[in-house]
Amino acid sequence: MTRYFYDKRVREIFWQAALLAGLAGTIILIVRNASQNMVNAGMASGFDFLWRTSGIDVSFVLTAYTPDANILALLWVGVANTLVITFVAAIAATLLGFVVGIARLSPNKLLAGLAGAYIEFVRNIPLLFFVLFWYFGVIAALPGPRQSIGFFAVAFLNNRGLTIPVPTDGTAFRIAALVVLAGFVAQAAIAVWAKRRRDATGLIFPVWASGLALFIALPALAFGIAAALSSWDVPALRGFNYRGGFVLVPEFVALFAALATYTAGFIAEIVRGGIQSVVKGQWEAAYALGLRPNRALSLIVIPQAMRVMVPPLTSQYLNVLKNSSFGAAIAFPELVSLFVGSALTNTGQAIEIIAITLAIYLALGLAVSGFMNWYNARTRLVTR
Amino acid sequence: MTLLARGALGAAILALGAGAATAQQLAPSPTLDAIRARGHLECGVHLGLPGFSFANDRGEWTGLDVDFCRAVAAAVLGDANKVRYTPTSVQQRWPVLQSGQVDLLSRNTTITFSRNASLGVNFQGINFYEGQTFIVRTASGAKKPTDLENASICVAAGSTEERMAADYFRERNLKVSIINFQKNDDAIAAYDAGRCDSYTAGIGALAGQRIKLKTPGDHFIMTETISNDPQGPVTRWGDERWQAVVRWVLNGMIAAEHLGVTSRNVDDMRANSRNAEIRRLLGADGNFGAMLGLPNDWMFNAIKQVGNYAESFERTVGKGSPLGLERGQNALWTRGGILFTSPFQ
Repeated sequence: MTRYFYDKRVREIFWQAALLAGLAGTIILIVRNASQNMVNAGMASGFDFLWRTSGIDVSFVLTAYTPDANILALLWVGVANTLVITFVAAIAATLLGFVVGIARLSPNKLLAGLAGAYIEFVRNIPLLFFVLFWYFGVIAALPGPRQSIGFFAVAFLNNRGLTIPVPTDGTAFRIAALVVLAGFVAQAAIAVWAKRRRDATGLIFPVWASGLALFIALPALAFGIAAALSSWDVPALRGFNYRGGFVLVPEFVALFAALATYTAGFIAEIVRGGIQSVVKGQWEAAYALGLRPNRALSLIVIPQAMRVMVPPLTSQYLNVLKNSSFGAAIAFPELVSLFVGSALTNTGQAIEIIAITLAIYLALGLAVSGFMNWYNARTRLVTR
Repeated sequence: MTLLARGALGAAILALGAGAATAQQLAPSPTLDAIRARGHLECGVHLGLPGFSFANDRGEWTGLDVDFCRAVAAAVLGDANKVRYTPTSVQQRWPVLQSGQVDLLSRNTTITFSRNASLGVNFQGINFYEGQTFIVRTASGAKKPTDLENASICVAAGSTEERMAADYFRERNLKVSIINFQKNDDAIAAYDAGRCDSYTAGIGALAGQRIKLKTPGDHFIMTETISNDPQGPVTRWGDERWQAVVRWVLNGMIAAEHLGVTSRNVDDMRANSRNAEIRRLLGADGNFGAMLGLPNDWMFNAIKQVGNYAESFERTVGKGSPLGLERGQNALWTRGGILFTSPFQ
């Protein structure tokens, strides 16, 4: 017995097990205590409420949700909207952040100064202010429904949003999307082939040219044909606003713009730091090989800088995910607004709803981290 | 049974009876004890709704719902100013009440079945009755709710108005776009900025919110209502004696109006009135205050310091206020309204 007590490994396992048991015990105690107190206070508890009819009208729905659906479907609307806004805002922030970060290092003083001013401006203003600024800015800049800006009399832009026509039957578009997807796969294959050939022979294949054809010309053609074949639900002015079609609400645009421009300021600094972390000798070696500055940047410096940039970029993407909850302030129906706002007050089941929301954010955040860790491992410098 | 045992039993019954006769045994009331111990009432109110709960330019809370908090404080502690207000949003109000952070929620809250049944709260009467309707820009030409086809309507998420408006238009197969904000103030600001064609709330709340708009005169509040919207003070389950206090302070303010007792004549009424109900209400006869565990001049203090229901109504939302609301359905049952009280007997 004492033999085990003096064994370091056994002792470590014992303490860890004790800690785990204590933690589990505390959680069980808290849950039991809360549910007992809720019963005593006459408050409803449990997860049955998820199957109740929601009755909540949502202004921006990408799923098949209607107010007759249940609260679980409402939750899914919130998750989908959060994912969509996070995805598009993260991509836009990355693109803008790279441009600003590289511009900050430009030898052109005016460009570098402007990029620096942008970064300082953005990083020193609270996000909530940014969101409200964009929101009321967007609303103020756009006309009312009756003075809408029309695009070929099928799409209309006003301060209720951008109303675009939707096809009554989506089959043609689904086929077009498959064609476009095939084009993307082909482009990826071409890029791999071109890299192999370059490594083997040193010849450069203009990948951008096939990219232009497959990323822009092919989708345009495919969707053009699909559009011609489909019948359309065209918005028409009726009563207070346009009826029919799909509405891209100003809340979406404002939140997207706020998250993208705000996060881009932080990403720009990460990009600048990443590029500066690559030793000067690498630039000089690239120039000595006869590479022009653009190629030296894209082929030599950025790949090495990525190693430094990926971990802080992960936190920025996690920030975009969490900051998307600022949508609640401007009525964008994302997870917090719909579930913690409308559903919570309608059902009163605060503990369950907060727990579900926390679990969803945790799962999404871990998924983002997992993806970035995988990417980081892939781009890591291979040492021998 | 032995003689001794019989005697002991008789003595015990006598002692019990004597005990009941000498001092009335009060049910324990942890809420009342806590209020007395801390020296003030904790009252949950609206974040800012002119006429109902609104901090004026001197930082003093005013309004119909605030007056009710003040009346309860006067009845319990003898001083209407011994209230600490907790401003709450639509979503915050329930946890704040359930967790015991406030003793009482007086925040133009609609009485509904599911709130009573599943939130662990009780509604203690109606201090304001209204119906939900819509405010629109006069220029839009909309006169009644069914004119709002395809309109965007700003609401506070989680309010009864959100569900009520969605149900109303869905039932009539009219498409509207409902935009859910976290706070009433955000929703009204977005309406003012032109994001929405309409904002929806009760008629009284709209009259209050209209004052906040940039040009109140450009907006029209529809007269047709779409709901039955009784509002009143809320307490949490448990502590029946405290719930009775809240219920009867409200009844007392309404009874005072019915009996003609006002803050001006209350001293005279207590000294000279020959009406039995007035005498019981003001503590001149009987021990109605003591039955609830309060001082016997509980309603005297409330009426003296805050006034009866009519005084409070006219000062906060009625003709003496910027809202200028008619009594309408909030008049006494004897004057064509639905406001009533149970007798002080």
